[in-house]
Amino acid sequence: MTKLNTYEAAVAAYEPVLGLETHIELDTNTKMFCGCSTTFGAEPNTQVCPVCLALPGALPVANKAAVEATIKIGLALNCRIAEWTRFARKNYFYPDMPKNFQTSQYEEPLCEDGYVEVTVDGESYRVEIERVHLEEDTGKTLHVGGATGRIHGATESLVDYNRAGIPLVEIVTRPVPGTGALAPEVARAYTAELRDIVRSLGVSDVRMEQGSLRCDVNLSLNKSGDEWGTRTETKNVNSLRSVERAVRYEIRRQSALLDAGDKIHQETRHFHEATGETSPGRSKEEATDYRYFPEPDLAVMEPGREWVEELRASLPEPPRQRRERLQAEWGLGDKEMQSVVNADAVDLIAATIAAGASASGAVKWWLGELSRRANESGAELGSLAITPAQVAELQGMVDDGRLNDKLARQVIDGVLAGEGGPAAVAAARGLEVVSDTGALEAAVDEAIAANPDVAEKIRGGKHAAAGALIGAVMKATKGQADAGTVRQIILDKLS
Amino acid sequence: MGERTIDQTAAHIAEAIREGRTSAYSVTEAFLDRIDAVDGTVKAFLHVDREGALATAAEVDAAIAAGEELGPLAGVPIAIKDVVVTKDMPTTAASKILEGWIPPYDATITERVKAAKMPILGKTNLDEFAMGSSTEYSAYRQTANPWDTGRIPGGSGGGSAAAVAAKMAPLAIGTDTGGSIRQPGAVTGTFGAKPTYGSNSRYGLIAFSSSLDTPGPVARNALDAALLHEVISGHDPRDSTTIDAPVPPVVEAARSGASGDLSGVKLGVVKEFAEGSAAAEPGVVEAYQAGVDQLVKLGAQIVEVSCPSFTYALPTYYLIAPSEASSNLARYDGVRYGLRAGDDGKRSLEEVMSLTREAGFGPEVKRRIILGTYALSAGYVDQFYGQAQKVRTLIKRDFEAAFGECDALISPTTPFIAFKFGERTGDPYQMYLADLYTIPTNLYGGPGVSVPVGLSEGMPVGLQVMGPVMGDDITYRVAAALESTQETLLADTAPEIEGK
Amino acid sequence: MSTISREEVAHLARLARLEVTDDELDAFAGQLDVILESMKTLGEVDTEGVQPTSHAVPLVNVLREDQPQPSLPRDAVLAGGPDTAEGRFRVPRILDEEA
Ligand SMILES: [Mg+2]
Ligand SMILES: [Zn+2]
Repeated sequence: MTKLNTYEAAVAAYEPVLGLETHIELDTNTKMFCGCSTTFGAEPNTQVCPVCLALPGALPVANKAAVEATIKIGLALNCRIAEWTRFARKNYFYPDMPKNFQTSQYEEPLCEDGYVEVTVDGESYRVEIERVHLEEDTGKTLHVGGATGRIHGATESLVDYNRAGIPLVEIVTRPVPGTGALAPEVARAYTAELRDIVRSLGVSDVRMEQGSLRCDVNLSLNKSGDEWGTRTETKNVNSLRSVERAVRYEIRRQSALLDAGDKIHQETRHFHEATGETSPGRSKEEATDYRYFPEPDLAVMEPGREWVEELRASLPEPPRQRRERLQAEWGLGDKEMQSVVNADAVDLIAATIAAGASASGAVKWWLGELSRRANESGAELGSLAITPAQVAELQGMVDDGRLNDKLARQVIDGVLAGEGGPAAVAAARGLEVVSDTGALEAAVDEAIAANPDVAEKIRGGKHAAAGALIGAVMKATKGQADAGTVRQIILDKLS
Repeated sequence: MGERTIDQTAAHIAEAIREGRTSAYSVTEAFLDRIDAVDGTVKAFLHVDREGALATAAEVDAAIAAGEELGPLAGVPIAIKDVVVTKDMPTTAASKILEGWIPPYDATITERVKAAKMPILGKTNLDEFAMGSSTEYSAYRQTANPWDTGRIPGGSGGGSAAAVAAKMAPLAIGTDTGGSIRQPGAVTGTFGAKPTYGSNSRYGLIAFSSSLDTPGPVARNALDAALLHEVISGHDPRDSTTIDAPVPPVVEAARSGASGDLSGVKLGVVKEFAEGSAAAEPGVVEAYQAGVDQLVKLGAQIVEVSCPSFTYALPTYYLIAPSEASSNLARYDGVRYGLRAGDDGKRSLEEVMSLTREAGFGPEVKRRIILGTYALSAGYVDQFYGQAQKVRTLIKRDFEAAFGECDALISPTTPFIAFKFGERTGDPYQMYLADLYTIPTNLYGGPGVSVPVGLSEGMPVGLQVMGPVMGDDITYRVAAALESTQETLLADTAPEIEGK
Repeated sequence: MSTISREEVAHLARLARLEVTDDELDAFAGQLDVILESMKTLGEVDTEGVQPTSHAVPLVNVLREDQPQPSLPRDAVLAGGPDTAEGRFRVPRILDEEA
């Protein structure tokens, strides 16, 4: 059983230093060094060729779109784009890596020296980017015979090379000191910001759950004023929440070891989603002699000024800037905007407004009813089976008085159940507000007759008493009346 | 020249087929029969594709009958070094680790040979993964030198050179990383050309040392080699290191050289090649010097040039080549293709990989993998690989300076004649010396040809002509001029081989 | 540079995934030493300020358009494999997870 300190005790005694390495799979049509398709989910080993299978004699040719996407990421992260850059071979044996070396970059990455600004609890932090480089992904290994599908206990493994050679961008931060107790939140905010930046560029779908964005979290602790401690590297942390948890766990674990006078080993650790714990992997010293050397099968790259400026001109508005603009346009307070960001609803709301909804209406649906539904089903907001255009349509029906909120929620049920768009669902389920004044007037007359004392109070000027009669009418019409209209009819009749 | 089909040059054969004086089928059959008759003795081939070759030949004959326009070597059979990938035909790199592997794709060179409608006779022997200078490191068989079957045919392309020397093929494909086309050419009395690096595609050439490997033609004379050179050369979008520029006019150069006029041509002799331990054995020097005298008679002017960095060529090569090889050969792990050894259901993948590579690689390959691993390992990469790449720059500068003073450089191709089997396998360094004069060209990247110049102790000697980058034409011109001084091609004076 | 030891050869062999016999260890240690000695001479060359060379003609920005090309048929992909199952390449158990 690993000994842990409480988080509070840990951060009171030690200062954490963070570091993040993020791998992002690019959304190109073809792989990094061959023309194989990158479509997700194909039958195993159907998207491979002599190059990405590393058949004897095959040679790589670099994908221009991947190079451009990497430069765009570098520019969006405020990096300097190299004037001269090349690929290098990282040599190590592993069965999901066909060549038994990864074509990557070493001393001459495409992009260097950038930064990302993140805000946590109103405080701004600048996370410095050391490098952004381009490499290739590995294949996928299925571990068979073990109890859990994990490598330990497996009797054999099965390898599929469809993913091998998909372009991968690696983004490495410099060590981030000075975050104190907020280290986990800063790590999370950085990852979220990076994801938003890359998504805004349209070069990757950055889906953590599909593995197109993967994080390695480095962490060390030191006593105030001391040199930085030995770091651990926790691999494959694959959700924003996990990034936060992994940092928190390592702070608690390492501080307990240091308190006991033990040393931290520089090692790779694995994160376990289920428990939020990390466990040691292969230790660094025995395995990492990657024998990097310049890739002789590829030409060097010199991204000229003109090319880089052309790419810079194509960059969209940075997400942080865009958020500030939208917050002002939508008239939201800081807290409310933070909720929108946390719910990952910025783009959804923007799209809903673009489809014709008011800002308040769009925010209301996505942060309210739809967030609630997403939470209930454990899904992400964006993966709900309702489009921004449909939300705008729904809001339009409410604005027109054709739906009230209660009916609108029932319409959402229908849309999410795949019954069609809001108008179609309302029609099919008979969920229109009753606007036939004849029918409403009859219902009002009935309610007045049934509640003579209430009617008397209203005649006497107590308009607030109308609520009781409205309730009765709503009940009689099964909620399909518009409360405002009903109130008006009542007041007209009783004054 | 004799009367038999197999005695004819490729140029003559091609012409005879085009003009209907013979058929591609009968030509191909003649070479296949020759293989049947003498390859039991020479052992140049690892695989012979009689059916495939005859089928291509029949297509050529049909096309000619139909009046179709065909390429300059249509119907001329060819042998391919077994380090070049051929679809649906075994390709082994003469290694046990690829025994039984049938490639699902063609090398660019193979595609070009097929597009030229040249019947592929089969695959020729080599030192495993092209690492060696004698073909003794083949995992399969020991190829004999047709001039003396007790001697090596050179290497690594001993199979291609011996096949052409023994008239089992009029043309062959070789590959040259440190001399593997030129040195076998020299010791078998055949013509071999290493083109400018990047003017020929390496796509489908099983990599030994990526920044040095160059495929090229093996032939009986300069014109035949030039014809093949133009068939296989040129930019390839699948090889990022190929040069997107016109192929130098080597056929024209070979033809103009054959007129025997070299007036105005300046040839440089590298001072450092003649000094101390770098000097060739006396018999080789004698034959080479006779060739130089002939060149002077043709009008060439000889100048001495100094290339001081050539002294470092051998150690530079033996850092770069094994470093790249150790990485290039990592893919042979028994997972996706080739041999797997030791998989008893209990051993781990790591153990099975190591046992596979132990069983699949021969001693020279292992030696170079370990040397390369060492040279690249932590703390040494700058000292070794990095330093070697810088010395390469110095060697390149020496070449460039030399070409400021002359049009081409000449030297013996190799310091010694074909040695006897086993004579140098005990000491790797002694073997490496065979490539002393050929390696600088690979490091520089320029073209080099070896042309037969005479005999020493009854064995062939080659003269090397080295040109500037993309100056392949001058090397052909000088070589063809030298050939024009010989009454018969040296290849035609070889002793008749006893069939087995 | 010190001469290369038997243990060092064993370490290199492990890095290169080569199972070597004791005899090979001895032989390689001796032979590598001879070669490495000759390479010491390279260290003596003054290359201050010299740029490295790797190719005959320095090529830059050799890039390919992002247009899909056909992959190999799966039968052809798996045909070369020493052991395959379920459309994949089967390998023995793997000792530990790596990077
Ligand atoms: Mg990486
Ligand atoms: Zn591919």
